[in-house]
Amino acid sequence: MTIKEHAGIGRDTSRSYKYIGASLPKVDAYAKVTGRAFYADDIMLPRMLYGRLLRSPHPHARIIEIDTHHALELPGVLAVITGEDLPQRFGILPSSQDEYALAIDKVRYVGDPVAAVAAVDPDVLDEAIKLIHVEYEILPALMTIDEALEHPEVKINDEARIGNIHKAVSYEFGDIEGGFADADYIREDWFFYEGNNHAPMEEHACVASWEPNPHDPFGGKITLWSSTQTPHYVHRELSKVMGLPQSHVRVIAPHVGGGFGGKSDPFSHEMCAAELSRRTGRPVKITCTREEVFLTHRGRHPVKMWIKTGVKKDGTLTAMYFRSFLDGGAYGSYGIATTYYTGALQTVTYSLPCYKFEGMRLFTNKPPCGPKRGHGTTQPRYAVEVHLDKIAHDLAIDPLELRRRNLIEKDTRTVNGLRVTSCALGECLEAVAERSGWNEFHTDSLVGADLSRPSPMYRPSEQVIGITSESSIKRGLGIAASSYICGAGKPIYWNDLPHSAVQIRLDRGGGITVYCGSTDIGQGSTSILAYIVAEELGVPPEHIHLETADTTLTPVDLGSYSSRVTFMAGNAAIAAARKLKGQLFELASEQLQVPVENLEAAECLIYDANDPGVALSYVKVVQLTEARYGALVAAGSYAPPEDIHGDYKGAGVGPSPAYSYSACVAKVAVDIETGEMVVEKLWLAHDVGQSINPLLVAGQVEGGAYMGFGEATMEQQVFRKGRHKIPSLLDYKLPTTLDTPEIETILIEIPDREGPFGAKEAGQGPLNPVIPAIANAVFDAVGVRIDETPITSDKVLKALRSELPGARSAQRPRVEPIDSPSPWPTRLITWQPADISLIAKDSV
Amino acid sequence: MRELITLHVNREFHELAVLPHHTLLEVLREDLGLIGTKHGCELGECGACTVLIDGVPVLSCLTLPLEVQNSEITTIEGLEENGKLHPLQETFAELGAAQCGYCTPGILLAGVALLQEHPQPSLEQMKEALSGNLCRCTGYTKIYEAIDAAAERLHAAGGVV
Repeated sequence: MTIKEHAGIGRDTSRSYKYIGASLPKVDAYAKVTGRAFYADDIMLPRMLYGRLLRSPHPHARIIEIDTHHALELPGVLAVITGEDLPQRFGILPSSQDEYALAIDKVRYVGDPVAAVAAVDPDVLDEAIKLIHVEYEILPALMTIDEALEHPEVKINDEARIGNIHKAVSYEFGDIEGGFADADYIREDWFFYEGNNHAPMEEHACVASWEPNPHDPFGGKITLWSSTQTPHYVHRELSKVMGLPQSHVRVIAPHVGGGFGGKSDPFSHEMCAAELSRRTGRPVKITCTREEVFLTHRGRHPVKMWIKTGVKKDGTLTAMYFRSFLDGGAYGSYGIATTYYTGALQTVTYSLPCYKFEGMRLFTNKPPCGPKRGHGTTQPRYAVEVHLDKIAHDLAIDPLELRRRNLIEKDTRTVNGLRVTSCALGECLEAVAERSGWNEFHTDSLVGADLSRPSPMYRPSEQVIGITSESSIKRGLGIAASSYICGAGKPIYWNDLPHSAVQIRLDRGGGITVYCGSTDIGQGSTSILAYIVAEELGVPPEHIHLETADTTLTPVDLGSYSSRVTFMAGNAAIAAARKLKGQLFELASEQLQVPVENLEAAECLIYDANDPGVALSYVKVVQLTEARYGALVAAGSYAPPEDIHGDYKGAGVGPSPAYSYSACVAKVAVDIETGEMVVEKLWLAHDVGQSINPLLVAGQVEGGAYMGFGEATMEQQVFRKGRHKIPSLLDYKLPTTLDTPEIETILIEIPDREGPFGAKEAGQGPLNPVIPAIANAVFDAVGVRIDETPITSDKVLKALRSELPGARSAQRPRVEPIDSPSPWPTRLITWQPADISLIAKDSV
Repeated sequence: MRELITLHVNREFHELAVLPHHTLLEVLREDLGLIGTKHGCELGECGACTVLIDGVPVLSCLTLPLEVQNSEITTIEGLEENGKLHPLQETFAELGAAQCGYCTPGILLAGVALLQEHPQPSLEQMKEALSGNLCRCTGYTKIYEAIDAAAERLHAAGGVV
């Protein structure tokens, strides 16, 4: 029963499970269906004040003067603060400390917070906000990647070293020249992926409460309840901004009404609520409006991408050269990580012998972009999968077959040094192909291909399907694949500490309390802890009480980002439970006269596996153990292995203790008369390793497919004259019940050797293949390529009607090549993997 | 100036002094503490604040309390009776139809109204009935499954909860 601290724990194949793999209701399901679940805005404290931010109406302006005294004189207003009151810079990444709680000197986007007010009720706030007078000097605003590159003289953010280039990276892995020289065919394409918002149903909200203590040199302590995915990072940043030691700051995430990455940053409204509470001595609540959620943003980066790929005649990849240009908005947020992520995982889906990546993030005068489900990998996944689809058609190879021929193998190292362990991408592709009837749909052979290996019978379905010659509706199937990390291999601030820790306390009456900093944003991370501890200790989940996401009460978990929680907190929970189990079994062994290795725990009993009648109740064993050892508390923790990435600068983005894989087939119907495009069905297979709870995994896959569908077909964060054009749920189109297609989910369960019980992530990966699958299906149906998202009917119609020669296959509105700086404005890092067989397969 | 009104919410009468421009959403949450009713836009766009007014789903963010003084208002807290859940609440929990749970109260109330009107709703009827309720987590799939399962339970119980 001893396990290596911090190590991952794979599936124990010698036993079957009672709770792992069972479709149980979530531990908070009944609170949620009865209205009992408390979210941040539901918190109402005695004497609580309401706060609000005054935001910039200009995309780029210098602040000349702020006059707050009229607002302060309004009855019911208790405090007004401006930038000078909270001058400490902050930001989620140590390398991008470029935000102020309230703007100092300059505003950089429409919505940049300028002042904050606390008042007795929201009606007074409305009045007070209008009474704050700000004098601005308008500056030129840069609203696109191209403008940001063209006008280096307009400096948006001092973090940019050259012009408005926030970050530029350049890597070459393997012999890229040789790789292209080996190719029989080389293709280049440009793509544009539009930005979009997470639009969680819960608007960001927080309540801050200051408790003064005159004997404390720091004057008191602050507690912040916030709808955040990352209480730990908010804790660190709030402490810094308020000038308080971390011991004086407590951050709690109550139920969070969806995040999808949009609640992963420390935010201005959190800092301001806390400071307003300190100044007034009363609790302060700030709840963002929906418009403010769109302005707070941190959503999907708009990215322009250029790809050049070399292949052999049979479709085998020989080389890939990928460039990304990210529209970062006005501040850093996670953007440096996002920039790396646009390049890091190309090597994890398909086997690439060499790979060159150049990425660049630009500052623009728009709300900051950050992480959204699939963080930085969604855009390149779309581009690469459509690009490969084009190559397949160019070579007259079935797109499914092209992917089969390039699958990455399990237990390997990528050319950029990433360790890949389990991989069931092949199984995912076969599953979606079979369920969707891929082969039957594409029944004819292609002509003109000169292949070294025979291709399966295939041709684009436009020529085969179609209801009748009279019908204007054409149907098509498209396929795509992807991979995703199961947790970032490195923390956001560099350290050697565990990424997740779980503490378990056993009560002598039989209750179990599990403490973990993990933050449930709806994905069910709290439930996962319960199922895992229940399985290990043989006690039903209903006996387990959970305390999570409280920086004072719970041991650290870095947060709900990078699809890390099941893998990392799950392993920490197993480690903690096994320590206690070891103690319990020691006492049970003595009492029952049964060797420890023969004992099992289930159904609130600890018994001899060979003779289940020889048993003690769990409660009895707990009492015996407590009598000997005193209070029964144990902690376990997890940190990813060290040896999972290369040794070059920047190698910290991309490594993960495991990767999940997904494949999608989309079926679309396109009306060639109107361009109207309907996604009729999505088949999505996901390699989850082992479902801890298949109901929740399927829910994540369906939710990812839904969100991918929205990004592919309608969602876009767009601007006009410096302002967000559609900051409301009416105008920002997102899929309703009437839009959302049928989603068929297939879970592929081949346990990972380091995942808890073999589990891998499910929260983000399944989104990625959906967008390119839909794009490829449109081509399959009507023969046009829309090389930018969202793929809307007007773009399809424009492409269909284009009379330019070749336009039907080269339609790329707004995706013209851009003049990138030459030479690339950063040092090229070249790296060769030293040994690609570093992994000992029997390491666990 | 506040006005004295009486609201009939979840089978209880409440006498309240409200500002006439405050919405039913605000009064339910702030004055009555019925925080199960959520808000996602305050503009009638998302459906999170759906309540039943005389059995009909209505957006409480677009409703003034003064207008509904003579009506029976049901919020998520009122679906439960003496600690017993509505079958739709049970199936939502059992079948994973609530992820973050924020849209859930509104969808449950719209769903209950649907089951009243169509005890065995088709998929098309479900989509139509829920087309004003946005959910960002589920892709709606498990919501349909939960309504289906609740319809069966209600049918097996002879339509009586």
